[in-house]
Amino acid sequence: MSCILRQLLTLSSFPQCAGEENWVDSRTIYVGHREPPPGTEAYIPQRYPDNRIVSSKYTFWNFIPKNLFEQFRRIANFYFLIIFLVQLIIDTPTSPVTSGLPLFFVITVTAIKQGYEDWLRHKADNAMNQCPVHFIQHGKLVRKQSRKLRVGDIVMVKENETFPCDLIFLSSSRGDGTCHVTTASLDGESSHKTHHAVQDTKGFHTEEEIEGLHATVECEQPQPDLYKFVGRINVYNDLNDPVVRPLGSENLLLRGATLKNTEKIFGVAIYTGMETKMALNYQSKSQKRSAVEKSMNVFLIVYLCILISKALINTVLKYVWQSEPFRDEPWYNQKTESERQRNLFLRAFTDFLAFMVLFNYIIPVSMYVTVEMQKFLGSYFITWDEDMFDEDTGEGPLVNTSDLNEELGQVEYVFTDKTGTLTENNMEFKECCIEGHVYVPHVVCNGQVVPDSSGIDMIDSSPGVSSREREELFFRALCLCHTVQVKDDDNMDGPRMSPDSGKSCVYISSSPDEVALVEGVQRGLAVTRIQYCADQGGFRNCPHFFFRFELLEILSFDSVRRRMSVIVKSATGEIYLFCKGADSSIFPRVIEGKVDQIRSRVERNAVEGLRTLCVAYKRLIPEEYEGICKLLQATKVALQDREKKLAEAYEQIEKDLILLGATAVEDRLQEKAADTIEALQKAGIKVWVLTGDKMETAAATCYACKLFRRNTQLLELTTKKIEEQSLHDVLFELSKTVLRCSGSLTRDNFSGLSADMQDYGLIIDGAALSLIMKPREDGSSSNYRELFLEICRNCSAVLCCRMAPLQKAQIVKLIKLSKEHPITLAIGDGANDVSMILEAHVGHPPWASVIGKEGRQAARNSDYAIPKFKHLKKMLLVHGHFYYIRISELVQYFFYKNVCFIFPQFLYQFFCGFSQQTLYDTAYLTLYNISFTSLPILLYSLMEQHVSIDTLKRDPSLYRDIAKNALLRWRVFIYWTFLGLFDALVFFFGAYFMFENTTVTNNGQIFGNWTFGMLVFTVMVFTVTLKLALDTHYWTWINHFVIWGSLLFYIVFSLLWGGIIWPFLNYQRMYYVFIQMLSSGPAWLAVVLLVTVSLLPDVLKKVLCRQLWPTATERVQAKNQCLSVEQSTIFMLSQTSSSLSF
Amino acid sequence: MAMNYNSKDEVDGGPPCAPGGTAKTPRPDNTAFKQQRLPAWQPILTAGTVLPTFFIIGLIFIPIGIGIFVTSNNIREIEGNVFMYYALSNFYQNHRRYVKSRDDSQLNGDSSALLNPSKECEPYRRNEDKPIAPCGAIANSMFNDTLELFLMGNDSYPTPITLKKKSIAWWTDKNVKFRNPPGEESLEERFKGTTKPVNWLNPVYMLDSDPDNNGFINEDFIVWMRTAALPNFRKLYRLIERKSDLHPTLPAGRYYLNITYNYPVHSFDGRKRMILSTISWMGGKNPFLGIAYIAIGSISFFLGVVLLVINHKYRNSSNTADITI
Repeated sequence: MSCILRQLLTLSSFPQCAGEENWVDSRTIYVGHREPPPGTEAYIPQRYPDNRIVSSKYTFWNFIPKNLFEQFRRIANFYFLIIFLVQLIIDTPTSPVTSGLPLFFVITVTAIKQGYEDWLRHKADNAMNQCPVHFIQHGKLVRKQSRKLRVGDIVMVKENETFPCDLIFLSSSRGDGTCHVTTASLDGESSHKTHHAVQDTKGFHTEEEIEGLHATVECEQPQPDLYKFVGRINVYNDLNDPVVRPLGSENLLLRGATLKNTEKIFGVAIYTGMETKMALNYQSKSQKRSAVEKSMNVFLIVYLCILISKALINTVLKYVWQSEPFRDEPWYNQKTESERQRNLFLRAFTDFLAFMVLFNYIIPVSMYVTVEMQKFLGSYFITWDEDMFDEDTGEGPLVNTSDLNEELGQVEYVFTDKTGTLTENNMEFKECCIEGHVYVPHVVCNGQVVPDSSGIDMIDSSPGVSSREREELFFRALCLCHTVQVKDDDNMDGPRMSPDSGKSCVYISSSPDEVALVEGVQRGLAVTRIQYCADQGGFRNCPHFFFRFELLEILSFDSVRRRMSVIVKSATGEIYLFCKGADSSIFPRVIEGKVDQIRSRVERNAVEGLRTLCVAYKRLIPEEYEGICKLLQATKVALQDREKKLAEAYEQIEKDLILLGATAVEDRLQEKAADTIEALQKAGIKVWVLTGDKMETAAATCYACKLFRRNTQLLELTTKKIEEQSLHDVLFELSKTVLRCSGSLTRDNFSGLSADMQDYGLIIDGAALSLIMKPREDGSSSNYRELFLEICRNCSAVLCCRMAPLQKAQIVKLIKLSKEHPITLAIGDGANDVSMILEAHVGHPPWASVIGKEGRQAARNSDYAIPKFKHLKKMLLVHGHFYYIRISELVQYFFYKNVCFIFPQFLYQFFCGFSQQTLYDTAYLTLYNISFTSLPILLYSLMEQHVSIDTLKRDPSLYRDIAKNALLRWRVFIYWTFLGLFDALVFFFGAYFMFENTTVTNNGQIFGNWTFGMLVFTVMVFTVTLKLALDTHYWTWINHFVIWGSLLFYIVFSLLWGGIIWPFLNYQRMYYVFIQMLSSGPAWLAVVLLVTVSLLPDVLKKVLCRQLWPTATERVQAKNQCLSVEQSTIFMLSQTSSSLSF
Repeated sequence: MAMNYNSKDEVDGGPPCAPGGTAKTPRPDNTAFKQQRLPAWQPILTAGTVLPTFFIIGLIFIPIGIGIFVTSNNIREIEGNVFMYYALSNFYQNHRRYVKSRDDSQLNGDSSALLNPSKECEPYRRNEDKPIAPCGAIANSMFNDTLELFLMGNDSYPTPITLKKKSIAWWTDKNVKFRNPPGEESLEERFKGTTKPVNWLNPVYMLDSDPDNNGFINEDFIVWMRTAALPNFRKLYRLIERKSDLHPTLPAGRYYLNITYNYPVHSFDGRKRMILSTISWMGGKNPFLGIAYIAIGSISFFLGVVLLVINHKYRNSSNTADITI
């Protein structure tokens, strides 16, 4: 029962089942569906889903209802639906078509788009579900469709095939029971990872042998964490005592990964279909709302209030006005009997609704469509940008979410990772320090070899005999303690080729540091091959010394421990533990060795920005090793809390080490990293570097990339300082330093970079941060945080070093939730940045990612991905800026033009007895937003460039002009609204005075109400379009075409609409109205006059503001045009003065 | 420290349907459009560019305004054709219930609509089980006073002035939009089966003796059917054509207006007026347009001067400021 429930839940496309363990905590799988021998524990059989992947949202049958439901959940669509229904039900001034048609259009377009996307998903699903899979039935190989796969089936996967479901790796064609896997089709990660077959089954190489396997697998129920898997396999031999083996993620082959370098493997399916980890991790991206969208929604609410109050005012006035019976029902305009009978309140309510319908266009349905189109189409400009295309890697920028385009123009904090983001992540082995002696390789660089490289030179005195042994051990440690693999064949796509020693071999590792080290050692010591066979039975070969080592255990790396170890057995039978890791994690565990010398060397190297690693070892006596073996075995079998137990075990094993030495690896800065950071800081963006590196290394990098400048005063908030004073004192002291400055000199946003200002840079390390974040006993935790935030706010640059991945996330969250709610952007390239990035993700700030060497995992989940850090500059300063000004104009203009549109209607009610008579004809009501005024603003919002791209790049400070949502502040919004109101007044009363008690034709004939409306409408369309033309700073032929084209379209449409008796209409009120109007001279004059009057104040305001209070942007515009404008002005002025004197 | 990652760190769950995620992005085209470098005119509204515009507007608008104003004021002199209007005030022809209370199909001569008028005409749709032609409130409330103008000669024998009742409605209305029901028979036959609007004295086919001005195409009727925009409105009633160039259309003298009073306006506090007016190329007398043009022209000119001053001042102060920037 519970199991069925769980399946239902997981199938309903919300794979994040938080409390899944609570339902059924483990599942038991009979390998090959063979019942275990009797007498073993009886398992409750469970039902598992088949291997069908369903990523599509809809089926053929539920598409229409489900899609409609989803669409009408959007508040705007729902609002329009309500209006439409009201129009259908009650007698309203406008026909239901006027709101029904646009709504229908919007809904249909969205439905088609979503339907198409879903169809693509269906196709992809089908392709996946139907691809053939080999599996074993009764000792024979059978081909079946992937979707028919069941849990417990034994599957055979050949080289270059992807795994059809999550498998437990039973055996491989390779003798050592390993296989290589690439997750390229998942995340673009092309490096090979090694997985291990279950020890006791790796001997089963053929179908027949596999058939004879008798085993059950116990494992946890599916959960989305890709990195965690615990399970247990019971293998029943002929002897009735089953062998129990632990299963970890190294035994698990995930769906979506591809088998490489291995002829074939056998595996047993444990999670299928929607229960595979890949499927559980698939989440449709939640829609993020940008700041612009939030302001848009606020404005909408304001307009909704205006709408309601307008309707209310009119309703009340109507009944006041009608209180005299001759007005309510004069003899010439009688009501029907049913109208008379109606209850007063019902009538009033109906009237209210009718007014609502009449004015509902003030909230335009088309705005949503236009905004979405703008975002969708606009994001192409990022992907098309040639400047952001990286020639080396052949990568261009990616836009995964177009919802946040304009947010790129609003970024206040950039959180960047250091390695791989600021730096190349292209490691170069620089030096090593053994027992205090420094060794420098000649010219060694991974990937490139300079021919005359010969060996490692010692730069100081030659070592004594005693240290010879240590030296040997050190290089042995470097050769052995790593996870580098050797790839022999040379048509590999891996980048690191080493063409010496006659035979090309490639090192593959998930860590570039390791590759650099191994290559360095190889170059220096002529180690020709470092064979790594990663199982207990494997050997490590160090041919230079001609020693063979048996690899006993790997204590693999993790970012919490920050070290890794191997236990090896030499040919002579000695057992060593070699440990390599960050200095902070090694030094406390060392009991012997020249700690001080090495530490000083490490620190010196760190100051130079090199990445350092320490190497230590210890010799194990066999009894010790036995103990370790047992300990590890015990923890590995554990089903619960295995991670924790493992960590404890490692802690126990890696102690009492003897320090050997340290290595230094250089990671060069990415090109133009400094330039980019400088530009970002000039743009008023605070750049934070979050890294796991040592403080000295990180600080050096920060100086190199100009995050800190020479005049930057560094504030340190580090463990060392906190040890000296209490955290409380340090914080208060720092804040005093910072605030003294900002107190005496009010920190001006615009002069924040002036030379006389003291620049502060803050360095904080992980330990200090956790102290700050830790809630205090008395519960006043927020106190320190506030203080910390206050300090951060006044620092132009912050460096957070020694950060655990989780702490990166904490920092982002802290800033994001601080009281100004700044827009944050996180940028990183690797798995360790994901948590920070995901945190930034939640609060809707965008985060970008650099497509780096560490794979494209970040790129796939990011909102934006760029090939190099330097591209961030153009991304924010140019694209972000453009998107922001474009969309803010779009939003404001939409509200403006609809005020212009609807306010005359409101005014007209005062002259038509509050009878909800429309001013414009239905067709014009419908088409105003759809066709007459839609395209110019859309094109504007795609093409506008108020300053040129080069200027924006050259002058980053322009970014400050739009900071803090400057173009959508209340002031601006109110200006636009009042402009709309003014224009509406001009249109209406202009037409009113034209029509009042006179005739405007030369034949004495009289115009009616429709001509009146037509005049208002014509003036309006021209004003609104020309207003946009005045705002356009970038007139390409497309803008010309669209602006003049839409005016022309309006005229042509009106001629046509009024030129024919339309047979399908039951009224002909517009017949010849437009043409008659054009035949009247005063109408032309009025159009010219009223358009001029409407535009005059806006032009005046623009010119005055530019003249008296110019923004930085306007200054730059003026400067760019200075020469030409100056000339033309002088010319014009001389002309005007001459005409004046005349 | 080592930025070493376990291999498992890099297994990623992408959407299961996107196997092609690794495809390298093709190099973007280097077209002006895609690179946002289309050649463009980049105007900026500065005082310098706008100043001349203000002066030009001023210089153009003021003469136009004066021209219009003079034309409009000259209209009083009774030369050329004289147009006779009736005006109603406080009459809401633009009330929604009123505006829609008509059936354009019926008025266009559609036979089925003639006998079965649109529901919009309620409560003026049927009378005693017969369809009303023309139906609706507008038609029902048609203005039916008769105005006659007499010149009181010296012998105090009044001479009637000829009032032309044609071409007072839009040509397209008279010839296209309004049509009598089709048929060869007499108009009365063609309207058979319908009844007159309740308030009318005569049925629709007895509006005028001239068959070309009778029924739905009666011009008085058409004029009335074009609903006015505002509650105080005037409608063209008759034309007084100028007979010869030598005599004014309406020579000075005493005139006598005979009104057959049918149309009640007191109940809704309305007023009736009769207006005689000549028409210029720009219509009747309306000072608004002229004054507005003069005003806007002057304002624009004034603003131009103000801007000139500001521009001048600013230029002096900003030249130094510009250097410091």
